[in-house]
Amino acid sequence: MRKFILSLSCIFCLSIFAIAQHDGHDHSHDGHNHNHDTHDHQGHAHDQETHTGHSHEGHDHSSHNHAGHDGHGDHGGCGHHEKHEFNPGEAAFHHISDQNIYSIGPFSFPLPCMLYVPEKGWEIFSSGKFHADAHGNGEYAYNQFILCEGSVRRVQDASFPSGHVELGHHKVYPKKLKEAKGKDKEYAFVCYNGKEWKADSKSTADGGMFGGGITSFYDFSITKNVLTMIIVFFFLAWLFTRIAKSYKERRGKAPSGLTNFIEPIFIFIQDEVAKPFLGHKWQKYLPFLMSIFFFILGLNLFGQVPFFGGSNVTGNLSFTAVIAIIAFFVTTFSGNKHYWEHTLWMPGVPALLKILVITPVEIMGMFIKPLTLMLRLFANITAGHMVIAIFVGLIFVFGQSGANPGAAYGTAVGSTILTMFMMAIELLVAFIQAFVFTILTASYIGAAVEEAHH
Amino acid sequence: MTYIILADFSVIRPDFGLLFWTTIIFLLFWYLMSRFAFRPIADALLERQNDIQDSLDEAKKAREEMANLKAENQELLRQAQEERVKILKEAKEAKDSIIAEAKDKAKEDARKIVSDAKLQIENQKMAAVTDMKNQAGQMAINIAEKLLKSELGGEAASEGFVKKLIDEANFN
Repeated sequence: MRKFILSLSCIFCLSIFAIAQHDGHDHSHDGHNHNHDTHDHQGHAHDQETHTGHSHEGHDHSSHNHAGHDGHGDHGGCGHHEKHEFNPGEAAFHHISDQNIYSIGPFSFPLPCMLYVPEKGWEIFSSGKFHADAHGNGEYAYNQFILCEGSVRRVQDASFPSGHVELGHHKVYPKKLKEAKGKDKEYAFVCYNGKEWKADSKSTADGGMFGGGITSFYDFSITKNVLTMIIVFFFLAWLFTRIAKSYKERRGKAPSGLTNFIEPIFIFIQDEVAKPFLGHKWQKYLPFLMSIFFFILGLNLFGQVPFFGGSNVTGNLSFTAVIAIIAFFVTTFSGNKHYWEHTLWMPGVPALLKILVITPVEIMGMFIKPLTLMLRLFANITAGHMVIAIFVGLIFVFGQSGANPGAAYGTAVGSTILTMFMMAIELLVAFIQAFVFTILTASYIGAAVEEAHH
Repeated sequence: MTYIILADFSVIRPDFGLLFWTTIIFLLFWYLMSRFAFRPIADALLERQNDIQDSLDEAKKAREEMANLKAENQELLRQAQEERVKILKEAKEAKDSIIAEAKDKAKEDARKIVSDAKLQIENQKMAAVTDMKNQAGQMAINIAEKLLKSELGGEAASEGFVKKLIDEANFN
């Protein structure tokens, strides 16, 4: 098993790096990336100090600063010239989002892009081809794909050149457009040959409810979140196979080392979650509950590690939706006669009441339960990540994006204390939310497998 | 315009790629972990729990057995002591009776010897008296014969006279 995991991880890493490093040599001259401010907050602070004298502030990287030495020039005045205030809320949104690059501090690592365009087929290449700057905006386009804020976009217009196209600095930027309903909606734009092209976001499955929808392409890339899941997968697989092995080797002896650390948590879930809710069927569902608990916990904790990218996997609705849907299927397929009887035709209640109230409510409940599971975990983890990002963002708000370094230093002290406090709470939340998800799943399954006792 | 960061709450949008990969990775995790980690660990824990319970039960049983054994031993010891006392008592009784018997027998023997001796003495005495009577008679006869020889001449007359004398001279 261990060998299997090792070899699997090797194959995975190799394939990821093979794709990611495909044009690593191109990336090596990207020295300028690192001179700009970065995704990392410490990097920001450094930037504020060194660039205070410059005309542009904070996140501003307006193209006209570079227009003079930009190969393509700004013929039609495209590009964005707006100066802006630093907005910690927007910065937090950016930090919790999934990305096609993995940035740690000033370094950003390319990830494999696997994109599907219905009329063209699959495109598989490294996000290193975009030559992302410190904001995750690509300086190159590749086969009509561009990188905006770390996320892949596609220029649908057929007249946009295919292949590897140099765009220059700050030619990719987001811009708000007025929608028909009066709501602003943001799109990524790319400035090329003096012309501004609007790019599509990736397709999402919300049907336009949250501002997404089906667009011209689908993104099945190994994103930052997917890579994080893979890392956590292999770490947990290594950890637990090791522990399982140690139980085998030390049969009849007292547990030792790593086992001592995990065993109380394992026994806690087994004795306080699985056994009370599932009765004599606890052994059947234990691996599922353990998988949920440790996978969520592992991802929660991984996202908390400072300077490790701060991946927000469990704070992404797509992740929690999948786990909740799987929990829903497990619950529904475990349902016995007693469960279905109580859901569809509650005994001891008048028929009219059953048809009008009980049955509709029970059926809604079947779907609301996983829905709440999905939202609770998502909201808690996202909120935690955002609060920390906003506390750090306060430094730049009070420092007026570098114009007032004194205030920035002062706020940095207060922010650090607040952030440390928040991180302590988040550590607790990481455990609590993993536990809550598990115990509620156990209670739903428990209700489905409960035997009639009246 | 006050943006540069995409004010985009993208985490709320179900992303096809993330949905796909999460499903694959979680199902794989679930399958592999239940097969190679969680089930074996749960089994090992259960086995250990049973082992510990069994050991405790066994220890309790052993303790009980030990207590029983001890009680038995004490009973045996008590019985042995009782038996010892009994044997000693019997031995003493036997000794006493043997001694008493021996004493009685010795007394009896002594008495018998004494009585035998007395009888013998009596017999001897009687024999001696008879002998003495006979000798004295003979002597008297002899004396009388001599005397009568000298006074009387005939034998027959003398014998009658002697007989008369002997009867008169009866000792008893």
